[in-house]
Amino acid sequence: MTKFLKRRQFITAGLATAASASGLGTAVYFADRYGLIPPDHTGIVGIGETLTYATQRLLTSGHSLAREFKRSDISKVPIVNGPHPTDEKYLALLADGFKNWRLSIEGLVARPVSFSLEEMRRLSAESHITLHACEQGWSYIAEWTGVRLATVLDLAGARPESRYVVFEPFANPNQSRTVVRALWESIDMADALHPQTLLAYGMNSEALPADHGAPVRLRLGRHLGWKNTKYLSRIVITDRRDLYRKGGGTWYGGI
Amino acid sequence: MSAGSQQKYVRLISEANVEAAVETASTPRHIALVRITHWIVVLSVLGLLITGTGILVSHPRLYWGETGGVGTPSLIDLPIPFIIGPSVWNRPFHFFFAWVLVLTGLTYMVGSFITQHFRKDLLLAKADLRWNRIVGVVSDHLRWKRPEADAASTYNVVQRLTYLAVVFGLFPAILWTGLAMSFGVTSVFPILATALGGHQSARTLHFTCVVLLLLFVIVHILMLCLAGFWRSVRTMITG
Repeated sequence: MTKFLKRRQFITAGLATAASASGLGTAVYFADRYGLIPPDHTGIVGIGETLTYATQRLLTSGHSLAREFKRSDISKVPIVNGPHPTDEKYLALLADGFKNWRLSIEGLVARPVSFSLEEMRRLSAESHITLHACEQGWSYIAEWTGVRLATVLDLAGARPESRYVVFEPFANPNQSRTVVRALWESIDMADALHPQTLLAYGMNSEALPADHGAPVRLRLGRHLGWKNTKYLSRIVITDRRDLYRKGGGTWYGGI
Repeated sequence: MSAGSQQKYVRLISEANVEAAVETASTPRHIALVRITHWIVVLSVLGLLITGTGILVSHPRLYWGETGGVGTPSLIDLPIPFIIGPSVWNRPFHFFFAWVLVLTGLTYMVGSFITQHFRKDLLLAKADLRWNRIVGVVSDHLRWKRPEADAASTYNVVQRLTYLAVVFGLFPAILWTGLAMSFGVTSVFPILATALGGHQSARTLHFTCVVLLLLFVIVHILMLCLAGFWRSVRTMITG
């Protein structure tokens, strides 16, 4: 009697394991097809990152908007996280009002383009007042003005197989040795096409200050501060999964 | 009593004793569900505390409302220096342990309803919900009085209240205040943050709840010492 039960339990356990394994395999396959696996899915940290990214992608799939605030909510002290670059190249551009700066859009596009600051200002502008919070814990509210990244991607003709938009900033050795000093950063297409994703050249009704990323910084509504790359110099659209980040830490900043 | 009926009487008593002994030996003090989830939760809370502290010390000031930073008034300035740097890996590991905790917690919740663990072990008896009873238990423990045999084999009223508060109140509060700091989650459920007073309020409350959890853990360990620390740990491993 006990031998029979033991064998039955063994078979049941075996079937359950096989069912779970194939279920997990199927889930992973579909998750990958629908872009729910982040590029940094490997290792033990990758497990948490995959669960977080997949859950949030599914949750926010309807282009959910980050909270927006009133003009009276704007912080008097927009916290500066590290000074701007002080190398000759940047200082020269800064002194000249960034007349010689151009932002190029390259990669998986039909028409690689580049914009000067003036040209960007002439594109359809948008403003919103949102919360900017650092992973460290501080936060402030400001109004950012710029052109929607979606508009720029449309102008350049981003290809349908694009996966990530990579942002290359000016090197800034003055930035503290933390996650913000990424050599490049990227976002997925869902965030790239999000209505609150701006290439911001204005802050609180003035030109974006040098300490806040002049001439143009990325402004994301639904990510922590470190994803909002400052001092943009080049944007590359790619379908490669290995060019997503050059810097310490993980990729998804929605939490 | 005749010799025959006396023998029968003795036999009945000894059978009853054997039955009772077998009952206590084979019925575990904690069921497997409780034992397994308990230790996984212990490990994940440890991981969350370590990584959470790493994140906190990168900016050891607490605020209220939506905003706050160096140069703005704070609610509390914790007496520790700003240690910026380690936070790069603290954040992803914090959420790794958060997932372990949440998934284990859900397993415990669902399993406890199915196995009737809540009903059998944690449900509060109406007779126990009196102030003199509750105060009595607390004063007994403060006087380091060991519980009697049958009282020791079931959770007393203060234990039940505390465990239920921690499982249904404190842990959900910690999860809520944590999620309220996520821009992804609050873009779908902004009320998570606005109901608390804002992003910084959520952060302060998250930290407050964790302090309460730590106080619970300290008292929990002290009470285990009262009941016999290693015996309690063994019971939570083997049942």
